[in-house]
This record gives sequence, structure tokens and C-alpha cells, in this order.
Amino acid sequence: MLDVRGLKKVYEGSGRRVEAVRDLTFTVDAGELVCLVGPSGCGKTTLLKCMGGLLAPTGGEVLLEGRKVTGPPPGMSFVFQEYGRSLFPWMRVGENVELPLRQKNLDKARRRELVRDALESVGLSDATSAYPWQLSGGMQQRVAIARALAYEPRVLLMDEPFAAVDAQTRADLEDLVRRLWRERGITILFVTHDIDEAVYLGERVVVLSASPTVVQEQLKVDLPDERDQLRTRVAPRFAELRTHVYEQIQAAKRGVSVTKSDTPPPH
Amino acid sequence: MKGLNVVLGGAGLAVFLALGEAVPRLGLVKEAYFPPTSRIADALGDEVADSAFWTALGDTLTGWALGLILASCAGIVAGVVISVVPYLREATASTVEFLRPIPSVALIPLAVLLYGTELRSVLLLVVYASFWQVLIQVLYGVQDVDPVADETARSYGLGTWARIRHVLWPTALPYVMTGVRLAAAVALILAVTAELVIGAPGLGARIAIAQNSQAVPEMYALIVVTGLLGLLINVGARTVERRALAWHQSVRGEVMV
Repeated sequence: MLDVRGLKKVYEGSGRRVEAVRDLTFTVDAGELVCLVGPSGCGKTTLLKCMGGLLAPTGGEVLLEGRKVTGPPPGMSFVFQEYGRSLFPWMRVGENVELPLRQKNLDKARRRELVRDALESVGLSDATSAYPWQLSGGMQQRVAIARALAYEPRVLLMDEPFAAVDAQTRADLEDLVRRLWRERGITILFVTHDIDEAVYLGERVVVLSASPTVVQEQLKVDLPDERDQLRTRVAPRFAELRTHVYEQIQAAKRGVSVTKSDTPPPH
Repeated sequence: MKGLNVVLGGAGLAVFLALGEAVPRLGLVKEAYFPPTSRIADALGDEVADSAFWTALGDTLTGWALGLILASCAGIVAGVVISVVPYLREATASTVEFLRPIPSVALIPLAVLLYGTELRSVLLLVVYASFWQVLIQVLYGVQDVDPVADETARSYGLGTWARIRHVLWPTALPYVMTGVRLAAAVALILAVTAELVIGAPGLGARIAIAQNSQAVPEMYALIVVTGLLGLLINVGARTVERRALAWHQSVRGEVMV
């Protein structure tokens, strides 16, 4: 579904050359929910922007369903961390969700239907005519998710979407993402710096090294499909997995290279 | 609090008017040059009854409004184009900084040479002065576009035109409004100046006639009218601003969660 091959991104400006991403190769299969974790400043956002066609990579390529990504592809939507800046304050919630659909040449009835359906599935049916700034942070991020859903993407890229909301809201939003993923069969790539969140959400966790970034490890999360904020987080397997990811990230920070593997740690 | 402010404002105005009445009557200034408030009010009453006054007022407002509309449209279009086309901003910056400080009144001889005492003379000066007010604000406003908002728009496949319409324009609008409000005040100043100096028909020309014919109270009455016009224009511009920017943080009230 999504192929990242030898991706490299170097920022050059005012005599400084920063190699943000050195050589990244990984794939995301159709219908998977993959979490990307890495130490802070390891180029997660750069990677995601290259994948979303917002930044041109210096080397390597990103393929979506076998086709090279050169600009924002129509089958993909992006949820940003800064929901407050990503939603347009001059538009009501409904208009914010509808705006991307207007570029898709859909007729009015269909657009309305998509907007209503998307807002309903994030539990904000009654906020259509409010302005984003009249809503709480968590609700604003729900609107941003609804906007992404209404776009009917096959792939959803989420860039640390819950980094700026409080812990309780965050748990609710995590469950919302799990539910939407299961209901709609969208392929989701979820970037986070929170190890617990990555293990709780993902079917697979890709651990990135410190900058210049490579893939440190890929790990299959063999937790049951049905996850629960209370029980899953205290399950012994959850603790093992999070410890493992934590160790990997600590190793990444020290710059120790660990052999890449797809095998989870032994039980 | 608001009620108190209104009372204080009213009291201040009353004291000012009373001083204007008392000082000439007490002989502190020459009554011939500084007529007391009541005589100015009488003259204003006479003016209002005179149809020539309303024609002059209409002329001034025509020059003001046409000039302001032309300058605003030109300023907005030029500002957006300069900001959107790569390198154009850098290429035009020095020229803009050179042309902008030229006082519009310095163009009076040019206006007279080109158009004599026609309306077009007034328009030339009004447009020149107000254009920069709008242009500079538009240039600032466009720079204020949030990179996250722009990336969001790009990620959803909005093209250049859609991004100008849905992201750049609403972001720049508060600045545009400020620019137009400033331009409206400047346009009035220039409209009256042009009429006064060039003699194009309007309130300014009527003030000049009143002065030449020693009709001192009438002259003051006309000056009061220009002041009131400026006040009305500012109040009107602010009202439009509040309506159009209800979503903006400078206007919107308490955030309800």
C-alpha cells in the first residue's frame, strides 16, 4: 500500500546542512495500523511530510499503491498535531470539513452526506455550525479527524495528533482512532513520541533511530484486536512490549545499532 | 463602565463647546477670527438649508468614495500579486519604499497640469495617498498566513487559486480592513485638500470661498462638517470590520467551551 524506499532528506540553508533522514525503508500494508516512534527530533515529521507529498525528498521515493508520490495524493489525508492552526477559524466546523470535498467535484448532496457522516462518527453531530475556537482542544482535534475522514482517504497520516491534549481526552481519542480504523478499514500511519500510545494503538510499531534517521526496529504488536484502556494497559504482554520499545529507543539515542528484525521479543 | 464613559465623553464635549462660546465672548481672542460656538452653529444651520452645500458635500463624497474604491481594489490586487509571484516582493520592495513616502500633496501641480480642476485631479491625489495604506497592510497580512494552515490546504489538494481564496484572503482580511480604514481617513483628507488647493468643486472649495469672502462663521461650520464626516467614516469602517471579522480573535468574545 505504502512503500518508503531509501528515503533521504537533507535540509540546506544558510551554510548549514542538516541531514534529517538518512535512509529509511519500510512498508505499510493495506488496512494496517502502524505506529512510528522515535526519539524527539529524529525527523518523524519530515518523514511524514515527505510521505504526504508536502516535502520533496532529497533521495529515495515514496510509493502509494505503486505510484510515486510527487504531490499530495488524492487518496491520502493528513491530521496535524497543531489542530488549532490546521482548522480555519474563519469557517464553521461544517465548512471546515466540507472544504476539501469542494475540490473533489462532488455534488452538494453528497458533500453534505459525507460531512454529516464524518462528524457523526467522531461524535460531533451537533457542532456543525460552531466555530472551531468555540470548542475544546480535544473536540477541535476530532473535527480535524472528521475532516480527514470525510475526504474518504485510503491512507490516513497522523502526525503526533494527540500530543497537545490532556491525558483523559487523549485516551478517548486513541480509542476513537482504533474504532475508526476497524470500522472503515483505512490504512493508518500514526506518528508519536509516546511509547505507550504506540504500543496501545498499533498493529505494528516502527522504531526510528536518532537523527540522521534510519529504521531501528520493526515490531509486531501481538495484543488482542479488542483493546481497552484499563485492561490492555495492565496486561503483562503490554508491559513487555513497551519495555522492549523503550529499550530500543534508549539504544537509538545512544546511537547503538541493533539488528533490524520483525520478530517480537520472546514471551 | 460603558455608561460612565459615555457620560464622561459627553461632559468633555460640552465643556469644549462652552469654552468655544465663552473665550471669544470674554474678548480673550478676536471674535472676528474665532466666532463663538453659537454663531458657528447658526452658520451651520444656514449651510444645511442651502442646496449648494449639499451639492458640495456630494462632490466631496464622490471623490472620496471613488478614490477609496479604486485605491482599495488596486492595493488588494497588487498586494496579493506581489506576495504570490515568487521574487516579486523582493524586486518591488525598494521601489515601494521610495514611492510610498512621497506626500500626495506634492503631486498637486502634476494633477493640475493633467486634469485641471476636474474630479480626476482629486482622484489622482486620493488614490495615490490611499493606495499605499492598503498595499502595505495587504503585504503584511499575506505574510501572516500560518504555515500549518497552508500545508493543510495543500495536503487536501487545494490549488493556488483555492488557497488564495480560502486561506490567504481570510488571513489577510483583518489587515486589509485596517488598511481600508486608514485609507478612508487619508482619502477624506486628500479629497478636501485637493478641493481647497486646486479648486475642484466640493466642501474644500466652499471653505476657500467662505474664507475669501470673510464669511468666518461659515468657514468654521464647513470645517466642523468635514470633522463630522471623518468621524462617521471611522465609525462606519469599524462597524463593517466587526461584522466581517466576527471570527477573528480581536473581535470575538469569550471563548465558550
